[in-house]
Amino acid sequence: MEASVGNNMEAVRRSKEDRKVLRKQLKASHTLLKHDGISAAQQPTKSLVVANGGLGNRVSREELSAALNEMGELETLIMHPHKPYAFVTYRSEESARKAHTHLNGEKLQCGENSVTLYLSYVDSVTCQEEVSVPLPDGLVLVEDFVSPEEEALLLAAVDWSSTNDDVTAQKALKHRRVKHYGFEFRYDNNNVDKDKPLAAGIPQECLPVLERCVKNKHVDILPDQLTVNQYESGQGIPPHVDTHSAFEDAILSLSLGAKTVMEFRHPDGRFVAVVLPERSLLVMKGESRYLWTHGITPRKFDMVPACDPQSPAHTTPDLSTYSNLTLSKRDTRTSFTFRKIRHEPCGCAFPSACDSQGAPSAPSPPPPPPSLPCCHADAALLEEEYVHRVYDAIASHFSSTRHSPWPRVCHFLLSLPAGSVLADVGCGNGKYLGVNPEVAAVGCDRSSALVHICAERGFQAFVSDALSVPLRTASCDACISIAVIHHFSTQERRLAAVRELVRLLKPGGRALIYVWAFEQEYNKQRSKYLKDQNKKHPENHSATENTQTGGSQEPHGTSSIHPSRHLEDTYRPVENIDVTDGKLSVHTNRTAFNTQDLLVPWHLKEGKKRAEEEPRDGGKKDKGKEKSQKSSGNTCSAYSSSSIAKLDCNPGPSAGFLSDMCSGSGPDTSDATHSPDSKPGASGDTSQTSSSALKSESESSPAPVFHRYYHVFQQGELEQLCGQEAGVKVQSSYHDQGNWCVILVKDLL
Amino acid sequence: MKLLTHNMLTSHVKGVTKGYPLLIKATEVKVNEVDFNAQFVSRMIPKLEWSALVQAAEELGHRQDLPAELVPEYENNEEFLKKVHRVLLEVEVIEGSLQCPESGREFPISRGIPNMLLSEDEV
Repeated sequence: MEASVGNNMEAVRRSKEDRKVLRKQLKASHTLLKHDGISAAQQPTKSLVVANGGLGNRVSREELSAALNEMGELETLIMHPHKPYAFVTYRSEESARKAHTHLNGEKLQCGENSVTLYLSYVDSVTCQEEVSVPLPDGLVLVEDFVSPEEEALLLAAVDWSSTNDDVTAQKALKHRRVKHYGFEFRYDNNNVDKDKPLAAGIPQECLPVLERCVKNKHVDILPDQLTVNQYESGQGIPPHVDTHSAFEDAILSLSLGAKTVMEFRHPDGRFVAVVLPERSLLVMKGESRYLWTHGITPRKFDMVPACDPQSPAHTTPDLSTYSNLTLSKRDTRTSFTFRKIRHEPCGCAFPSACDSQGAPSAPSPPPPPPSLPCCHADAALLEEEYVHRVYDAIASHFSSTRHSPWPRVCHFLLSLPAGSVLADVGCGNGKYLGVNPEVAAVGCDRSSALVHICAERGFQAFVSDALSVPLRTASCDACISIAVIHHFSTQERRLAAVRELVRLLKPGGRALIYVWAFEQEYNKQRSKYLKDQNKKHPENHSATENTQTGGSQEPHGTSSIHPSRHLEDTYRPVENIDVTDGKLSVHTNRTAFNTQDLLVPWHLKEGKKRAEEEPRDGGKKDKGKEKSQKSSGNTCSAYSSSSIAKLDCNPGPSAGFLSDMCSGSGPDTSDATHSPDSKPGASGDTSQTSSSALKSESESSPAPVFHRYYHVFQQGELEQLCGQEAGVKVQSSYHDQGNWCVILVKDLL
Repeated sequence: MKLLTHNMLTSHVKGVTKGYPLLIKATEVKVNEVDFNAQFVSRMIPKLEWSALVQAAEELGHRQDLPAELVPEYENNEEFLKKVHRVLLEVEVIEGSLQCPESGREFPISRGIPNMLLSEDEV
């Protein structure tokens, strides 16, 4: 491959017209980079941003680095996942100049497609600005400690069929397989029977590895106890400190077969997630062994750095230093934990965690990890972790950003005849439950935290899943499903959600469905979600923002992002863009989508959890409101002065809340959630330190980031989905501020 | 949970064919006054499962003298509508549970909120 790269660089002589186009494109690429918070340096530097030379343009590291290497020696090449650009830093400024001269505007052939590279000097490269979180004291990770051959040998040395494993162990550990050598570790008392060595000592196959550990000074003496744990995808181990009185200081742990993410927690709240690659050796000594807990969260996907592991930027395994993460599906991992039995009481410097020094021994037995039945669909698991748990965790902040019903949803609700029965399936904080006081509205949501907010507001709501709504068949005159169905991770489940809505409807009843659109720009209008990128002026409808051209910067294979006015009836799914090996990409907030299945970061505002729950300061938002109330103001003011829904026993939300409800500032996605103070662009979605959708609550860290799974719908997809359901017709469909929407009518009998 | 909501709720535990009406086991019931709107109540009545409402009111000790069968021409019977208004909109179950009449599965009600979530093996 490398040999042919030189031929791929086309030196094209350009006509005047071509140069003009080039200038335009260059300008457009700069506009786009600016949106990502990247600005070009005026003077030449050693670093360049290579627009179009990004993973997001399907440019591989090998191809780009070969071309760049021809210009001089590289220091770093940083390629963020899904980004249409890369950063290169040369050893010398001269090489950077050479690259700028020779590569700018040139085509690079990458497999079947070719891209035109645009280079600009930059002062700094974003990866370098990030603060790194140090590993726990005493923790060492040695990558590639064993060879693939040794790995195979070690794995083969474990005979899972033999039955020396005690009943007590198997009882306590339904969820992972475990086998002990040398001495048995007992999970009932978290200790070892030091006087009862097992018949089977540490297998011979381990000796070369252990001798290397001694030689490399990872341990002083050979361990005499081995615990082998086998974790299937979805299994884990609760956070724990290995019992001090049972084992000596250094603990060795080999990861074989697959990587995982181990989480370390300090009693003071510090949290570090460490990727343990396959064939790596983890050494826990001192504070990391005695004071920090370590554990593995049971789940099927991990957040791992998306950076190419060969990248020179890859220096530490600590996840928090990565600006870009992706999901990696877990495979079966086998860990070999080598320990040395302790025969004297422990005299460590961490008495608070030391059972020899009076501290209570580790909780015994450790609670088993949450049960994850093996027949369970991956989809449900994914939604559990990346939808349900997130909403419960972010409920009050989420709710504080959801005070403005969307005008066209209000319009639908207000069109219902008095006395209608309405179900809001996925009602969130209940912002639609009181819009029309003449209907009997009941809401349900998967998140009990959100349902509690509904109840506090005096609305009728219960906790349930949208795939099994516990309401009588044909009991509703209308249903709404606003920003819900895009959280289901398979087509079957999305269809099942539609089917459930239809089941609830009476013949002739209507359902309104909103889902987030892949197309955030429609009929040359950018959605508020994109426009609100500059949150200082959330209502800014700057005309210039609509003129982004930059054809060369468009996400791949997505001609539909600028749909023609001649709407096509057929929807063609994006072909597996950016979804490889089950990995989901993390979306950069307020940018166009480049894939349909993705994780959307939520930047939790700490300290505002309660304060923001029901913002009542109308003042701030007044300007925006005046504008947007034109569409819905009349109807809304009508009920804001009357008493809220007759169903309510409580006075209901305050007048301030009601007037807020009518500001109609736009969809789900135009909320204030995507933290305005976080940097947009390359590091916008990155203040992430956790390896999970659920950020651990660490006081010392910046705003926690949670990731929600979304399937964003392409044009026509929602209609097609609903069309598969018998007994219902699509009455109308439309695009509303970055959402695809349909109104369904159930057939009369 | 108001009885209007209860009137719509049903149990969908796997295998259950008649999960309606749910039995109410209340440990805390409140009556909150709500403005009476005769028209709203009379519009709701045809949408109700009348016998389920009466049974629920009975279980909570708030049946008053509501008839087992719906009376004709209730639209103009303000006294009747007020009684319905009371059980439908004013009586609320704060704590307790709902029980599936067929499977016996109980759904907890806490702070007025029924939790109808089913586990994976119940759907």
